Amino acid sequence: MNLPTINDILILLPEAYLTIAACLLLLIDAFLKPSQRGAMHWLSIAVLLVGIYLVIANQPAVNVTAFSGMFVLDRVSEILKVFALIATVLVFIYGRPYMVDRKLFVGEFYTLMIFAVIGIMLLVSAGSLVTVYLGLELLTLSSYALVALNRDSRLSSEAAIKYFVLGALASGMLLYGMSMVYGAAHTLDLAQLHRAAAHTDMHNLMLFGMMFMIVGIGFKLGAAPFHMWIPDVYEGSPTAVTIFIGSAPKLAAFGMAYRLLDSGLGELSHYWQPLLAVLAVLSLAIGNLVAIVQTNLKRVLAYSTISHMGYLLLGLVNAGPEGYASAMFYAISYTLMGTAAFGMILVLARAGFECENIDDLKGLNRRSPWLAFLMMLVMFSLAGVPPLFGFFAKLLVLQSAIHAGMLWLAIVGAVFAIIGLYYYLRVVKVMYFDQPVEGTEIKPQPDMPMRLVLSINALALLALGFSSGPLLAWCRSAFGV
Amino acid sequence: MSNYLLSLLIWLPILGAIPVLAAGSGRPNAARWVALLVAIATFAASLLLLTHVDAGTAAKQLIEDHAWISAINVHYALGVDGISVALILLTTFVGILVIIGAWEVIQDRPHQYMAAMLVLEGLMIGVFCATDALLFYVFFEAMLIPMFILIGMWGGPRRVYATLKFFIYTFFGSIFMLVGLIYLYNKAGGSFDLATWATLPLSMKEQSWLFFAFLIAFAVKVPMVPVHTWLPDAHVEAPTGGSVVLAAVMLKIGGYGFLRFSLPIVPDASEHYAWLVIALSLVAVVYIGYIALVQEDMKKLVAYSSVAHMGFVTLGIFVAFLLVRGSNNADAGNLAMQGAMVQMISHGFVSGAMFSCIGVLYDRLHTRQIKDYGGVINVMPWFGFFYVLFAMANCGLPGTSGFVGEFFVIMASFSANPWIALFAAFTLIIGAAYTLWMVKRVLWGEITNPHVAEMKDINGRETFVLLAFAAAVVIMGVWPQPVIHLMDASVTHLVQQLGNHKV
Repeated sequence: MNLPTINDILILLPEAYLTIAACLLLLIDAFLKPSQRGAMHWLSIAVLLVGIYLVIANQPAVNVTAFSGMFVLDRVSEILKVFALIATVLVFIYGRPYMVDRKLFVGEFYTLMIFAVIGIMLLVSAGSLVTVYLGLELLTLSSYALVALNRDSRLSSEAAIKYFVLGALASGMLLYGMSMVYGAAHTLDLAQLHRAAAHTDMHNLMLFGMMFMIVGIGFKLGAAPFHMWIPDVYEGSPTAVTIFIGSAPKLAAFGMAYRLLDSGLGELSHYWQPLLAVLAVLSLAIGNLVAIVQTNLKRVLAYSTISHMGYLLLGLVNAGPEGYASAMFYAISYTLMGTAAFGMILVLARAGFECENIDDLKGLNRRSPWLAFLMMLVMFSLAGVPPLFGFFAKLLVLQSAIHAGMLWLAIVGAVFAIIGLYYYLRVVKVMYFDQPVEGTEIKPQPDMPMRLVLSINALALLALGFSSGPLLAWCRSAFGV
Repeated sequence: MSNYLLSLLIWLPILGAIPVLAAGSGRPNAARWVALLVAIATFAASLLLLTHVDAGTAAKQLIEDHAWISAINVHYALGVDGISVALILLTTFVGILVIIGAWEVIQDRPHQYMAAMLVLEGLMIGVFCATDALLFYVFFEAMLIPMFILIGMWGGPRRVYATLKFFIYTFFGSIFMLVGLIYLYNKAGGSFDLATWATLPLSMKEQSWLFFAFLIAFAVKVPMVPVHTWLPDAHVEAPTGGSVVLAAVMLKIGGYGFLRFSLPIVPDASEHYAWLVIALSLVAVVYIGYIALVQEDMKKLVAYSSVAHMGFVTLGIFVAFLLVRGSNNADAGNLAMQGAMVQMISHGFVSGAMFSCIGVLYDRLHTRQIKDYGGVINVMPWFGFFYVLFAMANCGLPGTSGFVGEFFVIMASFSANPWIALFAAFTLIIGAAYTLWMVKRVLWGEITNPHVAEMKDINGRETFVLLAFAAAVVIMGVWPQPVIHLMDASVTHLVQQLGNHKV
């Protein structure tokens, strides 16, 4: 064990900067009058934008580690961090009018989210089981508090408690699994674990620990059968928090799965591949089937998330660099689609009206054709209809599954894509084919930055469909493909 | 410019939709005129194909090839041969007529209607141009979105049911093809190039799976029995323009898919299962013909008749296998394939015309039930003239385009197996029965419905649309040579490809 040097700190520069900035924001917020809170908003966005710049500028040409291998800086972590930060900026922009309308516009909204993002950044750069756990806890503890932000709401408190209890359970499982793996491999370092995993004397203990760790990963991804918390938390949280939980942490979950399963247990891939395949099939089935009967848009999107995690798992199942690249590509595409979808709910919600039910969108095309068009893009992208971004993401994970020799799994994925199509089409149907209901005048938020960014976000789904090449090449290069 | 002619054809209507939308609901007339101009410009550009494409060779021409998603070797690769050119011309021709046909009929948000039509047109042209399988798939699927909107927004009372059924059915068909495409991509070492796939060795087992993946995608699109049930619903509920495009062009994409995918890529499986497709085609011709006979709704009747007529297309394509591989009769194989192609083009004109006629009636009486009409000829003589002409073409009367393709296919099938020809020839009787019986009940007889007596004959706009269709039907009927010549080299090449054994 070497003592940390200044170099170690420099490698951690973006994270260190964000931690200091978040603390300062917390301090500044204490001295702001409620009427000045707008400053907090723009300041937080500026902090994150600088963070994006630092992540890119601080990226070395070759992979480096810090703190004796506890922290890894590679291209994978760079991409995940950049998109997690972008997603959080989007969340801030989309969330503001909603929080203002509901008198929830408090400084904690910003600082907690920045802390959560720092957790994500640690998690995706983890080089050791300890760092994984550290990042994960920072992310989830901040999330619990965010879900409970609307503390007078029964639904919100219920969601927070559920999230907390199940989340703590999952963390416990993960930790338990880690302890077993440590017992078998005598190391916490992922790189050493990678070498030790296949040659340990205590093979069964290792596999047992691996299974517990997969439970933890499944919970973070929200893959069935560890998905129970997703619908309630999505529905109960203030939508401005739901949009966060549904976006950046998915990148973190992918990063965590990659670090643990490939960096750590890559040699055991033929043991965990079938387990992930089972999780994938269950997620696809439960997510898509249950979403059909939902009437609440947030719940629909919650079940849709579950199914999307199933597709992401199709990429992971491949257990090769191409598969990881497609899974990461999928996670990024889902993050952009998720922020846009929840952003649409946020732009249509106003004081006293949540715009949570699918029926609330009735006749949107007659009231606001532009927003209806954007929402249509988002829905078709989620459904995976070309030429939108979501299609190419699906294409790649299906390709990875077939490449790994799991043709049957790809066919399952294809079948559930058809079933999933139905509920996305239903949203388009309601917007375009139904008459608006009298008395529920939809008035989109007039907030210009929000509408502008939301438009760019949704149009990006079309643009990235037309030219997904560079992003895909970037993802693949991170895994050396 | 000829280097980018195909891209121009695809993107002109798609991008042209933007100014149409921008013209906005406030100025519906501006939107209509812009849309018409775009459609005419696209048609004019497509006429250039005739001079820029050499029909004497089967090679792909006007090739454009740019790396699109280079990480997975997907290309924006376009190229056309005679078959594609014929279908593109059909698309652009129909594209103008549906814009004119919808002129004052669509009053609700006409700018969105016109924009959706133009986007649809561009995507369909893209399908006929793509030589990269993934690009083909992207166009093939993206096409569903504007059609979904067209049926759902401007359709009849059960439009939501119909359009959801349409979308999910076709998506269901094509997603398995996608899995097949990815399989081929991996097999070919990471290439979506159709020409590469045509020479890719595949075992019989692989070919069989792929054959069924393609069959399900294209059979839904054509549509073949028993996956045709979305079509009557979609047709009945779709607005007139939607029906016209659906029948005239979209169904052809199914037949086109067989030519570009099933035949060259999985020839042995196609031969092995040709009996299945032929049997299903004959069922479509005979059984669906009988179903058409009992329809009360004119659109449904024509929809079923479309299924029956498209049966000739699939019959012609797969009979060619029996001829080339079974009896080594390449000439008859050529004839069958040629017939299938002519039938595709002809059916495009005839069905488009029939649906336009029904649209004319529907705009006046707002019903499509045959029993609500009767004696229309007394008040609408000009309309009656066109209606009878198209009805005759629909029965395959010599001198109209409907005759040429069916005659070729029946003649060729006779060399393969007289029984096939016998069943196929049933269409001459059944087709005449359902079409003429409809004409009798709608046009002739006494006027029983007082509303019919108040109907006005077709106006200038409607006359123009019907006249254009009529010209196409008659010219192709008496002088099919140019169309046949256009496709001849490509068809001959396709038939040669049938003979290539991969196993």
